[in-house]
Amino acid sequence: MQGFDRKAMAARLAQDIPEGWYVNLGIGIPTMVGDYVPLDREVILHSENGILGMGPAPAKDKVDPWLVNAGKQAVTLRAGGSYCHHADSFAMIRGGHIDLCVLGAFEVAQNGDIANWATSENDTAPAVGGAMDLGAGAKRLWVIMEHTTKDGRPKLVEACGYPLTTPRAVKRVYTNLGVFDVVAEKGFVVVDLAPGVLLEQVQAASGAVLHTQ
Amino acid sequence: MINKIVQSMAEAMAGIKDGSTVLIGGFGAVGQPDELIEALIEHGARDLVCVANNAGNGRVGLAKLMELGRVRKIICSFPRSAGSVVFEELYRAGKIELEIVPQGTMAERMRAAGAGVPAFFTATSVGTILANGKEQRDFNGRTYVMEHALKGDVALVEGWEGDRWGNLTYRASGRNFNPVMAMAADLTIAQVSHIRELGDLVPENVHTPGIFVSRVIQVDRGPAWA
Repeated sequence: MQGFDRKAMAARLAQDIPEGWYVNLGIGIPTMVGDYVPLDREVILHSENGILGMGPAPAKDKVDPWLVNAGKQAVTLRAGGSYCHHADSFAMIRGGHIDLCVLGAFEVAQNGDIANWATSENDTAPAVGGAMDLGAGAKRLWVIMEHTTKDGRPKLVEACGYPLTTPRAVKRVYTNLGVFDVVAEKGFVVVDLAPGVLLEQVQAASGAVLHTQ
Repeated sequence: MINKIVQSMAEAMAGIKDGSTVLIGGFGAVGQPDELIEALIEHGARDLVCVANNAGNGRVGLAKLMELGRVRKIICSFPRSAGSVVFEELYRAGKIELEIVPQGTMAERMRAAGAGVPAFFTATSVGTILANGKEQRDFNGRTYVMEHALKGDVALVEGWEGDRWGNLTYRASGRNFNPVMAMAADLTIAQVSHIRELGDLVPENVHTPGIFVSRVIQVDRGPAWA
């Protein structure tokens, strides 16, 4: 079984984002998605710390310490980009103005529940950030994550075991093994499998039934 | 003549009482008023409730304020990060209270306080443990949770430019929580990199009108931030 590496996962997701969408990318693999949207396809990236029209990382000698993304990494502003304060930034999210949010997750359930902020075995304080606002407010939520945990446990599940971030919010999941829609009354539906991956193998790595079209 | 510009940190901190709720601007290090936090440490107020997006980094600034035992409770959205060692030690030892608030809800709670709105309803956190114990209501077929305004006794904010009426501008993503915190506190203290003559700030480009600001002090953040 080959599957996608992280870059290929990010590129696979990026190919599904049409021109004109306002998109918020979460921390981690989601941030990489921005690198695979060609600059001539005008997709406007939103960062919850008040950036609309965020550009790629700057050259090392062009870093502006006043300009960081949600993961506190140095970024740039595209021509046409703008800044706003936090309440306006989350008005864009909560008010339903963001077309797409891409987040990582610990678990996604077949009814679209997402858990990505707290684990019960974690004794340090959980950190929610903007995940619950994004899950509840964006027009659509896609998840990008490894198909299983490092020790092989499935992350596509019948019901989340970890505390929820947002119930019934996820519309699509991109993993190293394929692309899966979350369909009401049905569950996970296979959209696409990664190169060299067989349906039986993906099913065996999943904790919920995978339907075919 | 109105002159909100103060010349010393002692003047800037005058009157901050023990037990105050202190709103601290910034997202990570960007737009975080480090010099004002240092001055608050110097000032000595204790038993504070601090509201900030993150719970400090390393052992300076907000982390140092916590390490010195001045902070009773922290209200934030993202306390856990690679450098939040002091907070994690105190939290594990049960020496600090924590209220986790989704980031957008935290911003809106302060905006509401500044705008005279006592509470509002949001879909954020519905169906999660962060909605436990909160009033819920349905509007147009969707469930929302009630969140209360979050008011500060004091706000410490960082601007880019300021004038003697308290008008402020911010630099790039350094704006973040600063404008909503400035409007949500009784006493708002702004550190700025540049003081401008009254009338020199372009009126259309003032981000925080001076009505929300009590004191302005110029700081030198060094060449990297100039």
